[in-house]
Amino acid sequence: MEFQTLSSPHSERVNSVSEVMSQVLLALLPAIIAMTYYFGWGLLIKLVLASLTALAAEAAMLWVRSRPICPALLDLSAILTAWLFALATPPLLPWWMTVLGMLFAIILVKQLYGGLGYNPFNPAMAAYVLLLISYPVEMTSWLSPRMLNEHLLGFGETLGAIFQGTLPAGLTWDSIAGATPLNEMRLQLGMNHTVSEIRQGPLWGSYGAKGWEWIGNWILLGGLWMLYKRTITWHIPASMLGSLLLVSLFFFSLDPETHPFGLFHLFSGGAMLGAFFIATDPVTASTTKRGQLIYGAAIGLIVYIIRTWGGYPDAVAFAVLLLNLAAPTIDYYTQPRVVGQGDGQHG
Amino acid sequence: MTLPYSHTPNGRVLWTFEGGVHLPDMKSLSNGTAIAQAEIPSRLVLPLQQHIGQPAEPLVKAGDRVLKGEKIARGAGIVSASLHAPTSGLIREIAHHRIPHASGLTAPCILLEPDGEGRWGELPPPMPEFAGLDPGKVIERIRWAGIVGMGGATFPSAVKLAPGPERAIHTLIINGAECEPYITCDDRLMRERADKIVKGIRILRHVLDVTGECLIGIEDNKPEAIVAMRQALDEEKLEATEVVVIPTLYPSGGEKQLIRILTGREVPSRGIPAHIGIVCHNVATAAAVADAVLEGRPLISRVVTLTGGGIAQPGNREVLLGTLASDLIAWQGGYLPGVDRLILGGPMMGQALGSDQVPITKGGNCLLVPGPGELPDPGPAIACIRCGRCADACPMQLLPQQMYWYARARDMDKVQEYNLFDCIECGCCSHVCPSRIPLVQYYRFAKTSIWGLEAERRKSERARQRHESRQQRLERQEQERKAKLRKKNEALQDKPAAEPAADPKKAAIEAALQRAKEKKAKLAQEGVAPQNTAQLTEAQQRQIREADQRRAEAAPHNETSE
Ligand code: SF4
Ligand code: SF4
Repeated sequence: MEFQTLSSPHSERVNSVSEVMSQVLLALLPAIIAMTYYFGWGLLIKLVLASLTALAAEAAMLWVRSRPICPALLDLSAILTAWLFALATPPLLPWWMTVLGMLFAIILVKQLYGGLGYNPFNPAMAAYVLLLISYPVEMTSWLSPRMLNEHLLGFGETLGAIFQGTLPAGLTWDSIAGATPLNEMRLQLGMNHTVSEIRQGPLWGSYGAKGWEWIGNWILLGGLWMLYKRTITWHIPASMLGSLLLVSLFFFSLDPETHPFGLFHLFSGGAMLGAFFIATDPVTASTTKRGQLIYGAAIGLIVYIIRTWGGYPDAVAFAVLLLNLAAPTIDYYTQPRVVGQGDGQHG
Repeated sequence: MTLPYSHTPNGRVLWTFEGGVHLPDMKSLSNGTAIAQAEIPSRLVLPLQQHIGQPAEPLVKAGDRVLKGEKIARGAGIVSASLHAPTSGLIREIAHHRIPHASGLTAPCILLEPDGEGRWGELPPPMPEFAGLDPGKVIERIRWAGIVGMGGATFPSAVKLAPGPERAIHTLIINGAECEPYITCDDRLMRERADKIVKGIRILRHVLDVTGECLIGIEDNKPEAIVAMRQALDEEKLEATEVVVIPTLYPSGGEKQLIRILTGREVPSRGIPAHIGIVCHNVATAAAVADAVLEGRPLISRVVTLTGGGIAQPGNREVLLGTLASDLIAWQGGYLPGVDRLILGGPMMGQALGSDQVPITKGGNCLLVPGPGELPDPGPAIACIRCGRCADACPMQLLPQQMYWYARARDMDKVQEYNLFDCIECGCCSHVCPSRIPLVQYYRFAKTSIWGLEAERRKSERARQRHESRQQRLERQEQERKAKLRKKNEALQDKPAAEPAADPKKAAIEAALQRAKEKKAKLAQEGVAPQNTAQLTEAQQRQIREADQRRAEAAPHNETSE
């Protein structure tokens, strides 16, 4: 009898890229639900819009590059980029900015570099930074969470706001808008208020801002689930959050009235999402274990520096892109010791 | 973080190795029944090379009648192994025949037509008093028997048993881990022939003059084998020898991994265990040694696992070397419908065979026939997403994705910089890769091309040297001729000669010095470390070197149990 000859191993494989990606998407669901609860329909509408744009852009580019289309769409990486982008941007972001962001992310940042696996920069973060620099106002206009917002928009109203830029009669942007906790803190500190004074305001919850701290919790839950499922390893989230916490605790202990407490940093802005879902993007992160510790710690440090002394209220996107750039070098200098080489003798 | 070691119930330290994968072990498919008796097929195909090293030289010719156990091919050189007739019969011919190899290679084989009687020829006398004999005598017997590493490494055991006088062996490790899924031949052997294995271990201890202890490593998924081996140890009263139960984790049976688990030591990169005072033998090898020394019987059969959902009656069987896979499968009830693959070895490191018309050789431990849907094709590969899972799984702590990257780009220098030659081809990286990249295939490709390049470079180097020494010889002759001429002239001119006479001598000395220097340089260039082989001839040294290389090449089998 004659047989097929495939090369070893012949074992049944335990995972695939689409499985990994769908685990990440699944882990985002609690955060998505929480965010929708606190900020309304905007996120869901953006999720759909961003996903469709990303898939279309990916398909078109694969067609242009004459690559097989279906496997690449099914790997779900484009959807993940879309979701991360949608989660990171304000709920009522004008539709064309979402489309623009996705086209930039998929076409320029991902496909022109060779597609999944070859892009040096995280596409969602690159798109976020591009839009933040070009349209700083729109990219920082957040809503107030539901407990502080008497006019939470309905579904139709949200559609109108996103696609036509119109608000229901009687409402102004100012009446529904709310600063992000980081922005608020920055603003108030700039006006020489002390942290304890600032925290008297209506915005604040037990360790972060109302609404935001709970979203942070749900992101954390999703992240822990990914750790449990071994979708990601602990190195990057732990080192990033750990360094952010340590640095902020250091300055907090120097002067607690001008430096917010450490937990505030972890539960504000993009820190939690960044630590578990963005900095862990395998394609653009460091791959060695020691490298990942350095990579995560450096992101945490840069986030703190930009937040405290830089020109932007949040900095996760910048920090991630910077470290994306450094990842190959970090990898090169942190190769593990091969078994049997150097001083590996025990016993 | 976990500690790098743990303790067994009786207080022994067990070390861990990095990486490795948990696999469904699938052992119960074939380990429930006793080893079936050997049957005599209608023909046997015996490749002259069933081991690493030089092929054996045939001692018979077509038309010869041979008896069971008669030597039919002689080990050629130091690293080689003899071959004996597995049963009595007629030598049909010595010809090229398909051998167990993925690309369907053929190689010279002795074709034997059994007469069905299985009549033994004359055997050397048993050596029950081996303990009083010089180890060299016992090794001679083991060499005679043609024993090789039977876990799949097939390195001639006699060579491994003579590590050289300056290398004291403090620990003997017996590999009963059998970490590859599906394979159960060592498991059954330990359950049924533990006493023979233990007797073999006693012989190995004596021959190697082991100063310390002997550790028998068995994975904890073989409780019956563990009990049987412990009992046999008690009965034999073998001192300083212990069964150590190790956790089931692939590839714990890889030689380097097992040594790490049991001793905490690491075999130096590209070195052998003897460099750190350890020798490792497989349980089946120990049993074969007992047969050879205590009964004077050569290696003519082995236990083979026949398993997988595509075989009617999976099980283990004693198989005469040279039996065709097709005969074996037929004895197990044949193939089930829908079978499209035949794997020699286990699912992780086994070779997919193109045909079942190939013989079982000394290293052939398992034939695996997956049923429909079993061990499915991983499907097309997509791009590497740099997830690092391969690196986490790699028991050698390599960076598989980097090696893949450079192997694909055919950057052979870079891929070696990333320690390609430390890769044991265990397949853990491919197994966990979410992009389904056949990583190991790339490493094999890279290794083969590097060997190819090296062989070419050596060849041209040799040609260059030949050319140069010819050039020198001609020059020398020319000088001598000139000197003679001059002398003649001078003599003719009847003048006292001041120095001319010194010239030819000096030239000759210089040439000799030059030759010696060149030879040294050449050896250095070929990477010959001044090992304990220094006193051997150049030809012998080359032989050992080439064998070493092929040993590395044979790594796919190497790891699981040798
Ligand atoms: S496991 Fe596969 S996809 Fe992940 S880094 Fe290794 S080669 Fe790349
Ligand atoms: S096959 Fe080689 S690279 Fe892959 S896991 Fe095994 S030793 Fe590491």
